[in-house]
Amino acid sequence: MIVYLLCFVLFLTGLYGVITRRNLVKIVISLSIMEFSLFLFLALIGYVEGGTVPIVDPADTGAVYVDPLPQAMVLTAIVIGLATTAMLMAVIIRVYRKYKTMDIREIKNLRG
Amino acid sequence: MKGMTLIVKETTRLLAGLIFLYGIYIIIHGHLTPGGGFAGGVVVAGSFILLILAYGSDYMHLTREETGTTITENLAILIALLIALGGMAFGVKIFFSNWLPRGTVGELVSAGVIPLYNIFIGMEVAASILTIFLALLIFKEELTK
Amino acid sequence: MNPLIPLFIAIPLAGAFLTMILGKFLPRLNKYLGITVLLLLAMMSLISVATISGGTDIYKVGGWEPVGGIPIGIYMVLDNLSALLLCVINIVGLLAVIYSFTYISQYTSENYFYSLFCLMIAGMNGVVLSGDLFNIFVFLEISAISSYALVAFGVEREQLEATFKYQVLGGLASLVILLGTGFIYWKAKTLNIADAREVLWAGSEKPFYLLAQLLLLSGFGLKAAIIPFHAWLPDAHSSAPSPISAMLSGVLIKAVGIYVIFRLFFNMFVLSEEIAVLITVLGTLSMAVGVFLAIGQWDIKRLLAYHSISQMGYVVMSAGIGMILVSRGTKPEVAALALAGALFHLINHAAFKSLLFLNAGAIEYRTGTRNLREMGGLAACMPATSSTSFAASMAISGLPPFNGFFSKLIIIIAAVMARFYLLAAIAVIVSIVTLASFLKFQRYAFYNGKREAGKENLREVPFPMVLSMVTLALFCLLLSLAALPHFRDIIFTPAIRILTDAQQYTAPILGF
Repeated sequence: MIVYLLCFVLFLTGLYGVITRRNLVKIVISLSIMEFSLFLFLALIGYVEGGTVPIVDPADTGAVYVDPLPQAMVLTAIVIGLATTAMLMAVIIRVYRKYKTMDIREIKNLRG
Repeated sequence: MKGMTLIVKETTRLLAGLIFLYGIYIIIHGHLTPGGGFAGGVVVAGSFILLILAYGSDYMHLTREETGTTITENLAILIALLIALGGMAFGVKIFFSNWLPRGTVGELVSAGVIPLYNIFIGMEVAASILTIFLALLIFKEELTK
Repeated sequence: MNPLIPLFIAIPLAGAFLTMILGKFLPRLNKYLGITVLLLLAMMSLISVATISGGTDIYKVGGWEPVGGIPIGIYMVLDNLSALLLCVINIVGLLAVIYSFTYISQYTSENYFYSLFCLMIAGMNGVVLSGDLFNIFVFLEISAISSYALVAFGVEREQLEATFKYQVLGGLASLVILLGTGFIYWKAKTLNIADAREVLWAGSEKPFYLLAQLLLLSGFGLKAAIIPFHAWLPDAHSSAPSPISAMLSGVLIKAVGIYVIFRLFFNMFVLSEEIAVLITVLGTLSMAVGVFLAIGQWDIKRLLAYHSISQMGYVVMSAGIGMILVSRGTKPEVAALALAGALFHLINHAAFKSLLFLNAGAIEYRTGTRNLREMGGLAACMPATSSTSFAASMAISGLPPFNGFFSKLIIIIAAVMARFYLLAAIAVIVSIVTLASFLKFQRYAFYNGKREAGKENLREVPFPMVLSMVTLALFCLLLSLAALPHFRDIIFTPAIRILTDAQQYTAPILGF
């Protein structure tokens, strides 16, 4: 249970960063931290006590395997996270070129 | 962007080829061992990125829109999609079905279309990560100008 | 197995990749390619809505048959609700592409536009068709990432700021959705919606599933911009190029937000009254707050974006009333009426809100401004834009004979019959405030005073833009026919039966 709690603490750390940081890049880093805490969580829920890598070995019939589905989910989510992060970094560079700052307090044309 | 020191350049020259080959190994053994298209593609792209970082991008004469990698990426993913659609034309006529003969488990040429998916996904991932890297590099060079 | 189902996703994906390759060598061709793809999809969606007739089509991707009655592999499910949403997505998408034909030529790199547009369509079709939770997440991300890029398409200051805000909040929403999916999988050990329902109904861990429900509700609520989560919507929808604003406001928030909320809460979770009341309250809040935020706006597209929040509030409130009644198990005919109102208003909103955004785009195309104070007297020089936007304004404020009147009427009647008199009163008041807001829009944009300088240069927008605006205006008028009992039976009743009776959804998938 303690592992799940640590996972949740990591999630909250990321959330705290997203809410309090002023620098655009630090916000993206915090989002990534949240993302990775989730990947950890997904990998944990597929764990089976004493399980091995889920590659079926025909010789060993009594083997216990961990659940491969969450691992597939994590892989897919990593790819998606990569795309999101790349998109965000590209936008940040563009923002920096237009505003000459990365401070989120000075980037506020849109309001109301 | 300028290159790094001589030590980095020499080490990279030795390592880049090996890293590239390792990526290819992971891609083509995707249906037998852990790894596959995505992991191998990232490693392949890593070898290119290492070379660019070590030797600098000055000699590459990057233009504003670098399209070679984009076209490779799109072509690869289009072929992967066509293989998936091929499932609707051959065999049991179901999207994403495995329409090639399966072979024996554990051999390099086996598992029907899955190695093909791995190869084209690997190409796609390598090209797309390189595209992202080049785009960020071009942005950075425009900034410093 | 219906071979059309995977093609709904494969065709736009192939179109997106082909556009990127061909656009490099034959830059003229990509717009025709985009139109061909969307035309095919629109025809396929019409065929599927005509042939489905109350049944459920299941496509097992890769041909993985269930093992011991438990579905493994990826299921795609086409039923009446999905077919309805597919029609909305692909027809509005087609009209937006026709509109982009001339509109988007003021930007550079058109091939990226069409490619991203096709990707967004593919993602939305995937969300609507997929039958398991994780697939919904994947397709949702495809459509979300392409919409992030499309919002920033102009790469000016405000577009970049809007897209950053949209991406951070959208990313948070995706993470929350993934967390909720993980929670469901943790206890239910399945991702298939129908299979998860069986486990959830048998299971006893109520508080745990309540947490998962709240997570998924906040995640999809963020995507649908229900009021406490609405901060990104006005920025993102007003900064995007106009056809994209029409797609985002008209289709995306419904397909990836409202539809999934409907599907999960009616067909997967055990409907509890607390959650139903919460959804109703959220809907009422966004209905009321959205319209009061809208009324002070002078930027046309921001005004329309805030009205999107308010109109989605109607849909969510009406669906919430339906949920309350279904969870209590009383008055099934009133629940069906409330759901009919929700679905009807959802479709109507797609028609008139995308039309209004296209109108705003047409005004911006000719006058170069979005500020209501700087325009005026456009009715004389842009007759088609003016008349179509009049139709859309009347439809959104709920005046007969336009479609908005009938759907709002159904919603209000359902609220009264369910004895939620306060909600009915709020709905009427919000409708009146909406009318006031749109009278302001009409007066300042088209009728007020004369424009001194440069008025003689103003002409009507090019033909493709007029064509799609007029088609949507006709939809605004013709959709009111769907309120007739005969049409309602054909279009809405099978979809509502799937929502109210979850057995209808699960039985064909699990194969009893």
